[in-house]
Amino acid sequence: MAVEHPVTAATGDQTRIHNIGYRSYDGPRLGRAYARRSLYSQSLRGAYGLGRSVKSKVLPMLLFVVMCVPAAIMVAVAVATKAKELPVDYTRYAIIMQAVISLYVASQAPQSVSRDLRFKTVPLYFSRPIETADYVRAKFAALASALFVLTAAPLLVLYVGALLAKLDFADQTEGFGQGLVSVALLSLLFAGIGLVIASVTPRRGFGIAAVIAVLTISYGAVSTLQAIAEAQNSTGSIPWIGLFSPVTLIDGVQSAFLGASSAFPGGAGPSDGQGVVYVLVLLGLIAAGYGLLIRRYRKVGL
Amino acid sequence: MYDPTVARLTYRALLGRRRALILSALPLLLIAISVVVRGLAGADDQTASDLLGGLALATMVPIIGVIAGTGAIGPEIDDGSVVYLLSKPLKRPTIIFTKLIVAVAVTMVFSALPTLIAGFILNGNGQQIAVAYTVAALVSSIAYAAVFLLLGTVSRHAVVFGLVYALVWEALFGSLVPGARTLSVQQWSLAVAHKVAGGDIVTSDVGLTTATVLLVVVTVLATWYAGQKLRTLTLAGEE
Repeated sequence: MAVEHPVTAATGDQTRIHNIGYRSYDGPRLGRAYARRSLYSQSLRGAYGLGRSVKSKVLPMLLFVVMCVPAAIMVAVAVATKAKELPVDYTRYAIIMQAVISLYVASQAPQSVSRDLRFKTVPLYFSRPIETADYVRAKFAALASALFVLTAAPLLVLYVGALLAKLDFADQTEGFGQGLVSVALLSLLFAGIGLVIASVTPRRGFGIAAVIAVLTISYGAVSTLQAIAEAQNSTGSIPWIGLFSPVTLIDGVQSAFLGASSAFPGGAGPSDGQGVVYVLVLLGLIAAGYGLLIRRYRKVGL
Repeated sequence: MYDPTVARLTYRALLGRRRALILSALPLLLIAISVVVRGLAGADDQTASDLLGGLALATMVPIIGVIAGTGAIGPEIDDGSVVYLLSKPLKRPTIIFTKLIVAVAVTMVFSALPTLIAGFILNGNGQQIAVAYTVAALVSSIAYAAVFLLLGTVSRHAVVFGLVYALVWEALFGSLVPGARTLSVQQWSLAVAHKVAGGDIVTSDVGLTTATVLLVVVTVLATWYAGQKLRTLTLAGEE
């Protein structure tokens, strides 16, 4: 039982303020740029499960390994058989492995933003010196960097292997450079799409399914339509159909400007004029993703 | 075995607010594509079969199955609100069975119905193709919902594992390794569709008896084990 204290009525000027030794902070204030950098590096580490529990490391690391193993096998085969060139172009590799890349975006984009929404931690971020644009930029850059690591690592394996197999240095370097530009564009595009979808739902599971649905169904629909267009001998329409899914968009850009052979049915890649449209749509989509995220976070959680 | 209140809550969780609209985007896309294809290519049995088999049955049904199956229980376990449901005087298997019914119904409505409509648009049910694929979608809806509901009770990453099964195992491994096709819900349902359609446009790598037995066994086992799993559920803290 609590002891009843008689309530002493404050009479006269009995009140006083005790100095109990609180001190104001006089250390360095690291500011907005530092906070943004921290958010970026934490998000990037989080995208591979570093600094999180063992369970959340499993999936991203597994996908990373799955992404690199085929490249290592190709290199081993090329070295062993003394081939004249690698079995797969640098630019083609990401298109072949698109299922793995899609799964990675789908699993990591929601974990990057959905949990902040669900546990309502977004206002806590904005109580720091960062602003909406800083949060969006840090998350966008972190996911794009994580994707770039995922897609560029196997290219690096291929490149090193090609040099070890004594393939032509200039030729391989050019291909490697083109591959890097292509996967950089792919990383930006996929990160934008993934984050925009994930930032709409606070539910992680729903976000994952929505991202994968957009990426795979659009690809399935576009390649089905392209196959039918080819069967109907209307090859002129194939490049225009390719504008409507992320993977075929990247494919079109790299076959128009980065010296790749198109994966479209019949190899009917876009012409130079259509290539310009492809690049414009690609850049427009990346910018739209950024703009939508800014718009979304201007209202959310405040 | 069926509790209307749990069913109502699950329906609300799956279709409430704007989720029904988002979920209906996929079927609408399928129907739009069928209209375009019909306009471009005219009525052709092989094209219809390719589109329904490749897009509807191989991609759309599993994705809707993942959303409905894991969405029926996953979010509740994730945010811990499942304890309020579990503390009610209801048998755990009853909860699972009710949620399974709801998940199956949602998957059927959002995948089998558009498949039927798309089939009629594509070739007017020539050679029974529309009906065959609708039957396949109905059958696989049940199996997918049961399996993904089980995944939802087992793992916090149920959606990812479900998608890995649906897209990597069935689509990628199934096309490379013939043996993987024996263990694929898609092929089992195709076997049933083959029986309905008769002809040889719709084919499966699995015999009808094997397929039916496997479908029933997988559905019953998954539901039973999900009920067991829910009886001994431990609520995990931070992942």
